[in-house]
Amino acid sequence: MLKKETEIKSPRNAYGETLVELGKSNKNIVVLDADLSCSTQTCKFHKAYPERFFNCGIAEQDMMCTAAGLACEGKIPFVSTFAMFATARCLDQIRNSICYPKLNVKIVATHGGITVGEDGASHQALEDISYMRSIPDMSVIVPADYNEVKQVIKYVSEIYGPVYVRLARTNLRTIFDENEYVFNPERAVKIFEGSDVTIVTNGETLWEVMSAAKMLKEKGISAEVLHTPVVKPFFAAADVIESASKTGLVITVENHSVIGGLGSAVCEVLSANYPVRVLRIGTPDCFGQSGEQRALMEFFSLTDKRLCDTISRYLNKL
Amino acid sequence: MIHNAKSGHPGGSLSCVEILNVLYNKILFVPKEWKKSPDFDKRDRFVLSKGHASAALYSVLAHCGFFSREELMTFRHLGSRLQGHPSTRLGLEGIEVSTGSLGQGLSIACGIALALKLNNNPARVFVLLGDGEMQEGNVWEALMNACDKKLNNMVIVIDKNNLQIDGSTDEVKSIEPLDKKLESFGWRVVCVDGHSEEELEKAFLSAKGSQVPFAVIANTIKGKGVSFMENNAGWHGKAPNDDELKIALEELNA
Repeated sequence: MLKKETEIKSPRNAYGETLVELGKSNKNIVVLDADLSCSTQTCKFHKAYPERFFNCGIAEQDMMCTAAGLACEGKIPFVSTFAMFATARCLDQIRNSICYPKLNVKIVATHGGITVGEDGASHQALEDISYMRSIPDMSVIVPADYNEVKQVIKYVSEIYGPVYVRLARTNLRTIFDENEYVFNPERAVKIFEGSDVTIVTNGETLWEVMSAAKMLKEKGISAEVLHTPVVKPFFAAADVIESASKTGLVITVENHSVIGGLGSAVCEVLSANYPVRVLRIGTPDCFGQSGEQRALMEFFSLTDKRLCDTISRYLNKL
Repeated sequence: MIHNAKSGHPGGSLSCVEILNVLYNKILFVPKEWKKSPDFDKRDRFVLSKGHASAALYSVLAHCGFFSREELMTFRHLGSRLQGHPSTRLGLEGIEVSTGSLGQGLSIACGIALALKLNNNPARVFVLLGDGEMQEGNVWEALMNACDKKLNNMVIVIDKNNLQIDGSTDEVKSIEPLDKKLESFGWRVVCVDGHSEEELEKAFLSAKGSQVPFAVIANTIKGKGVSFMENNAGWHGKAPNDDELKIALEELNA
């Protein structure tokens, strides 16, 4: 399932390429963007099928409702812009015009999380998953690499209903083998088996967590690593509970605020089903700032080394 | 209905009764069998962007036979298909989109109009907006988009009753000159007396064949037909009591 030799590939390219592939056979797929089609890579679809691409200009509220209207008529709109502007900017439109009527709109946002980098806090979506997760009928998916993005985009085009897919700006290491890995929305992916602690993560922090788990192993700490790309509906809950009942200790890691994201989803299911200690690692209750991507990951303790330090210190204190 | 529900929006519902009457009885092709009709896909789409006028829309739909008039008395009650603001979740015949949060209906209508064009479907999209609603930025994004995307299969009506919850639109935040603003965005604009069914019908008929999106500014009176409600912002979102209902019905039936 895991790739033997990793490469660095853009999840945004995976999105753009998959849209073009899907658009070939599924004529109902239409794509909307808000003046960021080169960044989100929907420009690929624009080039292939200009009549099914709509640039809404810098008007995200209008874009979301236009997508709702297209969905009313049986189209499958993929709507893209940066995560900051795809969620907070038009939250009311997503809630009332897309989710309330349960329309088949796919919001695929790029530039999620702190790794937007130099543009700073105004562009770093650290609360997007929290917003989207709280709306009834919305599904939320945070894939971890190029190969998974391809499968997730295909999957969301095949299911009915509103979906929020969060992609990173960063080019990421490929983790999953394109021939062996099969995306399963109902399960957590057990990356490593372990017995001392369960680490739950998704998105671009998966690679860091995998690397941190190897470092922890050298320190004699056996970490079980679970990847849960689907944050809502959180079907992977059963796998998380099972792992927690084995290790008795859970740590969540995400490129998002510790409020309302994956960490919260994990706490919600564990508190009701199998209460154990949970340490949530992510951005604390604060805004981001400008900086180089890696420097920001370091600053918020999301790199492999920092994660290893935080987790081993936490375990030692118990 | 609103009296029975003990809540609702009589003012803005009474101001658009003639508009809805003309649309549903003379202009729109919408089969009352709704999804059961073989011509369902050919129907003209209607979006009530000012969703708070739901009482007026439900009444007109019931009178046109989309659903029973008895169901009107469930308006705003628990479990009713007649939600306070229109919802598609409950399968109510005649309801095309869910609205209520102002400023979004026109954008949704643009999406519908785009899809109709993609599908080579000659049906048209009609949208009813409130004048207070024109203060929403989302509306102006959509007005710009409609012309950019050449959506000449769309007709909007603005129910211009000059009042909103906190007072007159001029006092709260002026939307004037509304006709010139719309024209400068590229719309063809016609102003009519919104209580004259003849003028409304003429305006709607003249929309056919327009090369650009078409707007009807309907000058209306909030609370039209009920003396104590007319031009009174206080009746935006208040239900009449028993005595008030009696007077209102007498005046409306006179």
